[in-house]
Amino acid sequence: MDLRYTDEEEHFRDELRTWLSGVLPDVPPLPEDHTDLVARRAYDTDWQRMLYEAGYAGIHWPAEFGGRGSTPTEHLIFLEETERAGAPYVGVNFVGQLHAGPTLIAEASDAQRSTHLAPILKGEHVWCQGFSEPGSGSDLASLSTRAIDDGDDYVVTGQKIWTSFAQVADYCELLVRTDADAPKHKGITWVIMPMDAPGIEIRPIDTALGAGEFAEMFLDEVRIPKSNRVGDENDGWRVTNVTFAFERGTAFISEVISSQRLLADLAAVATRVTRRSGTAWDDAGIRRELGRLDAELDALWSLTKRNVSQAQRTGMVGPGGSVFKLAYADVRKRMADLAEQLLGRAGLAIGDTLDLSDLDHVGERLYTLTLTIAAGTSEIQRNIVGERLLGLPRGDR
Amino acid sequence: MDFELSDDQVALAEGVAALCEGRFDIESVRAMEVDGLDRGRWGELAETGVFSLCLAEDDGGVGLGWAEAAVVFEQLGRALVPGPLVAATLAAGLIEGAADGSTVVTTVPRSLGPAMVEHAAWADVVVISDDQGLWSVPAGALDGVDANQPLDPLTPVRRIDALPQGDQIGDAAAADAWRLRGSMLTAALQLGIAAGATELAVGYAKEREQFGRPIGAFQAVKHRCADMITRVEVLRAAVYAAGATLDGRGADSPERAVSVAKILASSAAAACGKDCVQVHGGMGYTWEVDAHLFLKRAWVHDLAFGEGSELAEELAAGLVS
Ligand SMILES: Cc1cc2nc3c(=O)[nH]c(=O)nc-3n(C[C@H](O)[C@H](O)[C@H](O)COP(=O)(O)OP(=O)(O)OC[C@H]3O[C@@H](n4cnc5c(N)ncnc54)[C@H](O)[C@@H]3O)c2cc1C
Repeated sequence: MDLRYTDEEEHFRDELRTWLSGVLPDVPPLPEDHTDLVARRAYDTDWQRMLYEAGYAGIHWPAEFGGRGSTPTEHLIFLEETERAGAPYVGVNFVGQLHAGPTLIAEASDAQRSTHLAPILKGEHVWCQGFSEPGSGSDLASLSTRAIDDGDDYVVTGQKIWTSFAQVADYCELLVRTDADAPKHKGITWVIMPMDAPGIEIRPIDTALGAGEFAEMFLDEVRIPKSNRVGDENDGWRVTNVTFAFERGTAFISEVISSQRLLADLAAVATRVTRRSGTAWDDAGIRRELGRLDAELDALWSLTKRNVSQAQRTGMVGPGGSVFKLAYADVRKRMADLAEQLLGRAGLAIGDTLDLSDLDHVGERLYTLTLTIAAGTSEIQRNIVGERLLGLPRGDR
Repeated sequence: MDFELSDDQVALAEGVAALCEGRFDIESVRAMEVDGLDRGRWGELAETGVFSLCLAEDDGGVGLGWAEAAVVFEQLGRALVPGPLVAATLAAGLIEGAADGSTVVTTVPRSLGPAMVEHAAWADVVVISDDQGLWSVPAGALDGVDANQPLDPLTPVRRIDALPQGDQIGDAAAADAWRLRGSMLTAALQLGIAAGATELAVGYAKEREQFGRPIGAFQAVKHRCADMITRVEVLRAAVYAAGATLDGRGADSPERAVSVAKILASSAAAACGKDCVQVHGGMGYTWEVDAHLFLKRAWVHDLAFGEGSELAEELAAGLVS
């Protein structure tokens, strides 16, 4: 049990810091208009390209697939340092980097790997995730988008929903039903869908934040070559679960660091908010909640290190990912409540906190709503923890 | 960085768990509600080196670190082992006989007004800590009234109206170390309590049937259990980090790491204790079922070596400095 980093790890960190401090001054700020996904894509892929050229793309991918082949600990250091330095986040490259890419590495054919992996690393191809459907969210395995066998192709018809960044994606990791008669988990296939294939219609959906991050996808007899299938026909559920393990493992590491920054800013806000006498900071209840949240974020950082150490030893991200996600969502929602309490009427607009803060605490408060929904709701995470970690019996669904 | 337990640490935890099962099984532990501390078993515990774990080998100790102590105290908490475990470990090497269990030591922070001293009736020596140092008093010299019904039946308390000054046995720095280490060890006990309460609740949820199925199949129960283990896992990360940090193998200052652990321990242990009672229904409110013992011990430990809310307030100050 040793939380200190080895000399090699520290060396990796130093090199990264030097590189970041060299390039970040020239990286422009995020585009102002967060509804402009084309600009967002250009911004995020430019950063991906810079990472690629510096040898930091696909940090956790094996070297034989163009990655850096770093250890999980180095990956942790990378996420920590880039976030601390205020570097751009993975953004539209999320699915390619953290879902589709790792799944292709684990499950795809050599031909598929050589077509797709390098362009993901270079920021040339953006991927999206076409899993959820209007009738199949938590019960994902009930999905009904149909793939009809037609010679060398599947002909796919159905509807997907909540597909983040579909509007600007080149490829989609798509789940389709290839056997309608088999039990629901046994008739699903994982395919690569080029987003320029005829028959795809995309309709953006406005989020509660007023941005167009996700979309509905209508598929009308879209032809997908069978050579785009990853894994065996009807084995897509297993392939999907490979993806989920990656998703829960690393998705929120950077967010712990940015949450610490938000919390420190909330403490500063507390010292600025005037009350009838003195400031909000004079309220011991507020100070205690700030201190508790500080402690909990600190503990979540330690839990992250535990999960990373486990991955380093076993190569797997266990149910620790679900535990982390549940606890993290809870902390962030309490931070949001505290922000609401502190801002008072300064919380009535997004982007104007009456000079109390430069950070977007109101937008962040809305964002926390997604933390108990996206990537498996908290109810579903609790089912997973209760059944897989504690061995409690399954009930009615 | 490697934050997994080493093989030796795993073996140590298993060894202590086995010892607890054999010699501090719940029947023997609960017998002490009536008969008082079983000094024989206390001595056996001492003999395994539990109290002298962090004492250098040259001083007759085991020479292990605080990370190991965290792992061991987690198991002691889980088994609800009673007695002044933390004080015994802190006093090892400082007070003759503390390490081998022949002298039972308890401790209390100096406060204005009357004090509640834990385990006074079982102890030989009381160590009083304050900003100036550590002070020792023979337990028999403490005039006071033993509570008829302590909150936790296995933590007897004596009301003392005015603590005597005592003989100085440590300076201010020694008192700081006493509090810091005591806080970490208490947090480790609380981790064990949270884990033990969770195990008890989950076991019951699998066995107890209502509406023709185990109650753990109902999401209201299952999700409560999931929240319990979530608190345990987050707390475990914090406690182990605090232990490693006291050994100089951490990332933060020891003060911060220990505060974080104790703050989380205070809320997690009590919350798991309450959830354990709830999962047991009416049985949870009985003397017979151990659920109340976990909860009561959690409450006792919250007040020892730094109460959660106070530590949280101190930590918050660091956010604006
Ligand atoms: C910001 C955001 C981005 C997303 N991006 C993508 C994406 O890129 N690609 C993609 O495929 N999907 C995406 N999703 C979809 C996400 O995975 C689903 O929203 C999620 O799985 C829940 O499905 P649902 O919305 O249909 O809700 P439902 O499944 O209809 O759930 C509604 C409520 O019922 C509860 N519930 C359902 N079943 C159970 C049960 N068995 N036990 C207890 N409670 C239950 C849920 O917890 C929830 O509270 C995104 C979602 C969000 C919010």
